[in-house]
Amino acid sequence: MSRLLRRFGTGWPLTRFTTWADVIVLVGIAVFIYVGVELASGAAKAISGPRISLAPSALPLYAVLSTARMAAAYALSMLFTLIYGYTAAKNRHAERIMIPLLDVLQSVPILSFLPVVLLSLSAVMSESVAVELASIVLIFTSQVWNMTFAWYQSLTTIPNELREATAIFRFNPWFRLKVLELPFAAISLIWNSMMSWAGGWFFLMAAEIFTVGDRDFRLAGLGSYLQTAANRGDVRSILLGILTLVTVVVALDQLLWRPLLVWAERFKLEMVTGDAGSRSWFYDVLHSSFLVRWFSSNVLRPLGQSLDAWSLRHLPVDSGHAEAGRRSWIGTGVSAIVVAGLAYGLYRATGMLAKVSLAEWMAIGLGVLATLARVTAALIIALAWTIPVGAALGTSRKLANWLQPVVQITASIPATAFFPVLLLLVFNLRGALNIAAVLLMLMGTQWYLLFNVIAGASAVPQDLKYTSAMLGLSKWEQWRTLTLPALFPYIITGSITASGGAWNASIVAEYAILGGKTVFTTGIGSLISRATATGNFPLLLASTLSMILTVVLINRLFWRRIYRIAADRYRME
Amino acid sequence: MTKNQLVTLQDITQKYHTGRKEFVAVSGVNLTVSEGEYVALLGPSGCGKSTLLRIITGLQRPSNGKVLYRGRPVVGVNPCATIVFQTFALFPWLTVQQNVEVALKARGVPVDERTHRALELLDRVGLDGFETAYPRELSGGMRQKVGFARAMAVEPELLCLDEPFSALDVLSAESLRGELLELWLNGGIPTKAILMVTHNIEEAVFMADRIIVMDKDPGRVVADVIVDLPHPRQQKSTEFAAIVDQVYATLAGQTQPEQVEIGSAPGEPGRTRALPDITIDDLTGVLERLLEMPGHTVDIFRLAEELRADSDSLLRLTEAAELLGFATLAQGDITLTPLGETFAEARILARKEIFATRIRRLPLFRWLLRMLDAADTHRLERDVVRAALLLDFPPEEANRQLDLIIEWGRYAELLEYDDSSEMIFQEASAAVAGGA
Repeated sequence: MSRLLRRFGTGWPLTRFTTWADVIVLVGIAVFIYVGVELASGAAKAISGPRISLAPSALPLYAVLSTARMAAAYALSMLFTLIYGYTAAKNRHAERIMIPLLDVLQSVPILSFLPVVLLSLSAVMSESVAVELASIVLIFTSQVWNMTFAWYQSLTTIPNELREATAIFRFNPWFRLKVLELPFAAISLIWNSMMSWAGGWFFLMAAEIFTVGDRDFRLAGLGSYLQTAANRGDVRSILLGILTLVTVVVALDQLLWRPLLVWAERFKLEMVTGDAGSRSWFYDVLHSSFLVRWFSSNVLRPLGQSLDAWSLRHLPVDSGHAEAGRRSWIGTGVSAIVVAGLAYGLYRATGMLAKVSLAEWMAIGLGVLATLARVTAALIIALAWTIPVGAALGTSRKLANWLQPVVQITASIPATAFFPVLLLLVFNLRGALNIAAVLLMLMGTQWYLLFNVIAGASAVPQDLKYTSAMLGLSKWEQWRTLTLPALFPYIITGSITASGGAWNASIVAEYAILGGKTVFTTGIGSLISRATATGNFPLLLASTLSMILTVVLINRLFWRRIYRIAADRYRME
Repeated sequence: MTKNQLVTLQDITQKYHTGRKEFVAVSGVNLTVSEGEYVALLGPSGCGKSTLLRIITGLQRPSNGKVLYRGRPVVGVNPCATIVFQTFALFPWLTVQQNVEVALKARGVPVDERTHRALELLDRVGLDGFETAYPRELSGGMRQKVGFARAMAVEPELLCLDEPFSALDVLSAESLRGELLELWLNGGIPTKAILMVTHNIEEAVFMADRIIVMDKDPGRVVADVIVDLPHPRQQKSTEFAAIVDQVYATLAGQTQPEQVEIGSAPGEPGRTRALPDITIDDLTGVLERLLEMPGHTVDIFRLAEELRADSDSLLRLTEAAELLGFATLAQGDITLTPLGETFAEARILARKEIFATRIRRLPLFRWLLRMLDAADTHRLERDVVRAALLLDFPPEEANRQLDLIIEWGRYAELLEYDDSSEMIFQEASAAVAGGA
């Protein structure tokens, strides 16, 4: 439950509205997208996709392919996290730009990059490689930010005396990492990795089924299997595909994350022995396995020892404190070049934006409003059912024991996997795509809300509940004076994530190919997809930038303020 | 320079910058520690004694001055020194034995030797049988024993103790002190000198050969007291009491004329007197106890014994009594003033009135009440007051001062505070009285 809170408990620094660093970051993103669009104009007009087999025997391979993409992106994320977080925590000059950068990046709707990344990569390398790489980059961008924040936050919150102990006992950087920094961050890193994997599936499915116009960017995998099955109306294959996906997600949870969590209990910082923590059958199996023990004492331990010995010979001993970082002329030179590059890029990007006609700008404005309306609708529907249900689940043990596993498995299926199925279901209704889009947003976002509400409801102190019961408050009065205020911070935290997810979903939700026919509805997501399909690059740039700017602005102007109120006023302490 | 000098500090000054403001944590400290000495660094919280310890071990570079070790300048962390930390600083994910061994491992001591040394040290501090336990399974006293074992494992010449007993309960602290002294006096450890930071006067007199007494605002050395009593020292003996009394007298100081005592307002020239960190209940408790004393006067260290208070918090209370004009201090004695007597005898409402008239005289309150009067609807945001206090205090101290101002002001009914809007304000009636 607490994993969602962790993400926002740690990942939402209450800084001022904007700083110059934010402006640089936004300009940087604009230039980055411009360069992508510029590259993209060289992409082929028609791209043929892979042939997707619906045979059940193909499913294991597809599952392995999808999981491998996730694993590659995750490995990349971990590497990035360790290096980026370490640099930001150790160098105060770097920290000043690196942390605002993270903050903006994590609120950007990642899927809006997908068309630009796909087109530009396929222009510079072979299509099959480009599509694989684009999916990995996309998953990477969805996984990495919260992990990096968690690592950075851990590094900067290590108790001072522990840090001083490593200095006074002359630990070199490797020993410090091994004995202090990694163990200290372990639990938070594992929780955030789990979050990242859950989010990653959503984007992987989206990347695997992406097709616009004559450009078929699909990838052989579980996502495209489901889409193909839905297109053919093959219910048996749809069910098989979903079953495989659930199996993979549940297996990863049972065989990887649970054991890791149990193992990581030892890194709890509390100096008191608490109650028995979580359990994992697979961990027990591993723990008592002869093979595993042999491996750890004959491979892992000698490896660790030789690393230790190497580090003693080659690594210097330092104090381990954050350095102020010297401002050298090299640093100044590099910053000057970066700023000059950004300025030139901005100039060129503006030139391209000037080609966007007034009518197209109007369409963008209308699209933003239409998508905003859909996001709001999805959020309202989600709130309407998750608050009562979550409050009930959070306060009643019996209900929770019975329903929670069901909810967790349902929530673990990425909503994008359902999208083709969803389209199939509402195909004959009026405004089918409109309904499907809102439904997809809803499916992608309601779980965040539900989990947060459950966590909030179970955190209401028991004595407060007794008090309000003893005062003889009516049900409604109890809700108004106790439950809603107590849930408020959790609802806000959930809503922030939920609305971010909904904006993302609009890219795949507002434009689709149904039975060989292209259908779309008004919205910024569909505008981005159509610009990609028709090769209207100025429009692609303008609409992608508009979407990013809108989401960042909504976060800053609306959510952050409400979040601050929630954090200040409705805390249960 | 004699041969056996270990540490030499020459004119050490440590400054901090917050924003454009500069604060002096330690000012012009000269000090030597020689082989065979057990030196205590004693002073109230905020006097910079822990900072000095970090400068001596090389964890921190001073803004000014030189640190010499055996006559040579210290560059980086001094490899001949270790620290036993106040909060133990053990790695919670390592066992007792691993916690000791890791210090040796980081210095490249081979496996067999480090295991042997770790087990022997754990045995010596009385932890055999607990080698495979995790720190969370141990009591505070046992954790600190691990801290000692780890520090001694690297065979330091200079053993630094940073308030090592202050996080322990009274009995564990007592027994651990005895055990450390035994190791030290019997030459059971290769340590050449011990430097202990403490705010506990009795502890310093009980253990050390020399007490360097420090005071705050700015942190500086005010006395160097030699303790030449034989071990084991009898805490009840007159010689012991005489030294404790002497140190109390040095630390408590002498009551100055009121203008000097109360200082000046924030932003004005001169020193802004910080409010001592006390609760009003404790203050009235001390004053009531003084009322029972013959002649309303008593040795401060006797008072400490009577109240079973530790010296640091008692000295803050006597400072508060002095600041408010309820008591005077001279030569280590505290005497109730007539005003103090009236206060101690009064009922609660009268007490509040006396307290209010007293704190109105303090520049800090005069300044705040003036600001409140000038403000719209007599309300001020907490952050506004905090920003003004930041001109005179470092950030942490500014927060503490603000909390104290609010607590004292609320008790005196001079001001009110709303926590959810973070507003300091005056009720209408109080505002009128304040203007009069």
